[in-house]
Amino acid sequence: MLIGHYNYWVVVALMMLGFYIIIAHGNLIKKLVGLTIFQTSVFIFYISVAKVDGGSAPILADGITQYSNPLPHVLILTAIVVGIATTALGLAIIVRINEAYDSIEEEFIQQQDNLS
Amino acid sequence: MAHLPILQVILPLLAAPLCLFLKRPKLVWLFACVVTALTFTISVLLVQQVTSTGVISYELGGWAPPWGIEYRIDALNAFVIMVVSGLSAVVLLAARTSLENELSSNRQTYFYALYLLSLTGMLGILATGDAFNVFVFLEISSLSAYALIAMGKDRRALWASYQYLIMGTIGATFILIGIGLMYQMTGTLNMQDLAERLPEVAQTRTVFVSFAFVVVGVCLKLALFPLHLWLPNAYAYAPSIVTAMLAATSTKVAIYLLIRFTFTVFGLSFSFTTLPLNILFLVLGLLGVFVASTSAIYQQNVKHIFAYSSIAQVGYMIVGISVGTAAGLSASLMHIFNHALMKGALFLALAGVMYRLGNVQLKSFQGLGRQMPLTMAAIVVGGLSLIGVPLTVGFISKWYLVVAMIENGWWPVAILILFGSLLAIIYLWRVVEVAYFRAPNKDNESVKEAPLGILIPTWILVLANVYFGVDTRINVQIAQMAAENLFGVAP
Repeated sequence: MLIGHYNYWVVVALMMLGFYIIIAHGNLIKKLVGLTIFQTSVFIFYISVAKVDGGSAPILADGITQYSNPLPHVLILTAIVVGIATTALGLAIIVRINEAYDSIEEEFIQQQDNLS
Repeated sequence: MAHLPILQVILPLLAAPLCLFLKRPKLVWLFACVVTALTFTISVLLVQQVTSTGVISYELGGWAPPWGIEYRIDALNAFVIMVVSGLSAVVLLAARTSLENELSSNRQTYFYALYLLSLTGMLGILATGDAFNVFVFLEISSLSAYALIAMGKDRRALWASYQYLIMGTIGATFILIGIGLMYQMTGTLNMQDLAERLPEVAQTRTVFVSFAFVVVGVCLKLALFPLHLWLPNAYAYAPSIVTAMLAATSTKVAIYLLIRFTFTVFGLSFSFTTLPLNILFLVLGLLGVFVASTSAIYQQNVKHIFAYSSIAQVGYMIVGISVGTAAGLSASLMHIFNHALMKGALFLALAGVMYRLGNVQLKSFQGLGRQMPLTMAAIVVGGLSLIGVPLTVGFISKWYLVVAMIENGWWPVAILILFGSLLAIIYLWRVVEVAYFRAPNKDNESVKEAPLGILIPTWILVLANVYFGVDTRINVQIAQMAAENLFGVAP
C-alpha cells in the first residue's frame, strides 16, 4: 500500500509543499515557484493515473496487447501549456509590480498601498 | 444553423488575434463590437432553438460523444450564454469613450483582443459538455482577465491582478484535480457520461474528494465568502469597462459551473443527500450576504462598495441553490440574469464618473446629482434594482427567492434575506446622500454630464432593468424551464 502507491505520495508531498510556499512566502517570485510546484504535482498525478500495470507505450506493435492510457498524457500536455502561460503572465506582472513599487516583497507593497 | 453551438465560441476566438492587425483604436472597437453583436445574435438563436426543440448536442469534429468532445446546449446554458454575450456586447459599446482616459491608445488594441479572448473562454465554459474542456476555457478566460485587470491606471491594479492570478490558478488547479479524480473512477470526461457512471462509485472516498476539490475550486472563482478576498481590489482598480464586464459576467459563469457540477454531473441526491452541501451553502451564502454588505457600508471607494455588494449578491444566488428545489434554483438563475443587468448598469455609470472625475472616491461624488443628473439617475435606478424595489428586475428575483424559502418552510432564511436588502439600502443611501444632498466640491464645479458614448450603453442597461422587471417572460420563464429540466433529468 505504501510502496505500491509511492508516486501518489510524491504527488501529495509536492502539492503540500507548493501550497505551503504560496501561503508562507512573501516574495512574489517564490510564490510563483510554489504555484508551479503545486501545478506540477497535479501533472504527475494525471500521469500516474494513466499507467496500466504491465501496459506498454500506446504504439501499435506485434506482441503487445496491453497499453497504458494515452488520454491523460494528452490532457496534461494541454495543462502544461496552460501552466506555462500562467507562469509567464505572473512573471510579467511581477516585472511591472517591481517597476511600480520598486519591490517584490508582499510586505513592502502592502505598506505602500496602505500609505497611499 | 447546425453549427451555432461552436460558432459562438469560435467567432470571438478568431477575432481576437485579428484585432492586433487593425492598429487604429476606433477601427478595432468597431470590429470588436460587430463580433460581440454577432455572438449575441447567435446566442439568441440558440435560446430560440433550445426552447422550441430541446437540447442541442454538437459533436466537435464529428467524433461521437463520449469519445469526442461534445458541446451540449440546454435551457440552462443557453440562458447564461445569452446573458454573458448580451452584457459583453452592451458593455463593449462604452469601451471606446471610457478607455480614452484610462488607457494609452497604443495599448487599446491589446485590450480588445483580451476582451474577446475572455469572452471566448466564458462562452466555451458555458457551451461545452466535456469536463476537461471546462478547465481549458476557464484558464483562457481567467488569464485574459488577469491581464485586463493589470491594465488599470492605478498601480494597485497590478497587485490586485497578481493576487487574483494566484487565487484563480489555485482554484483552477483544484478543479483540475477534481476532474482527474473523476476520470480515474469512471474513465470518462463527458458530463452526461459522468452523470451516468458516477452513481455506481458514489460511495467511494475518491469521488467525495473529487467533489470537494471541484466545489472549492469553483467557489474560489465565484468569490463565495470566505473565498472572496481577491475580488474587491480586482474590481476596484481594473479599468472601468473591465470591472463592468467582470461584474456582469465572470462570477455568473462560475455559478453556472457550480450548478452544472452539483446538479448534472454529481447529481442532486449525491450533492444534497449524501453530502450536506445544502447546509454548507446556506450558511456560507447568508454569511456572505451579511459580511459583504456590512463591509460595503464602510467603504470609501464607490467601486469597492459595489464590489462588496457583488459578493453579497453571489451569496443570494448560493442561498437559492442551497434549497435544493426547482423553485430555489430558478430564483438563483433569475438572479444571474438580473444581477448582470444591475451591476452592468451600475459599473457603466461609474465608468462615466471615472471619465469625468478620474476617480470614484465617495467624497468626490459631492453634488454630482446636479452636475451629472443622468449618470446619477442611472445609479439610483440600478441601486433600487439592487435593493429589490418593485418594477425593477431586482424585485423579481428577490420575490421568487423569498417564495422558494417559504415554500420550503425556511421562514428565518426568508426574513434574513429581507434583512440583507436593508443593508443594501444603507450602502446605496450613502452614495445617494453624497451625490444629491451635498454642495459640489470646489474642483468639481466644472464637471459635466458623462459623454454619450458611455451614457447610452448605461441607459440601455438601466432601461433593461425596468423592462425585465415588468415583462418577465424571458428571465422568469427560461430560468424556470432550465431549473425544471435540471430536476427532471437528475435522478
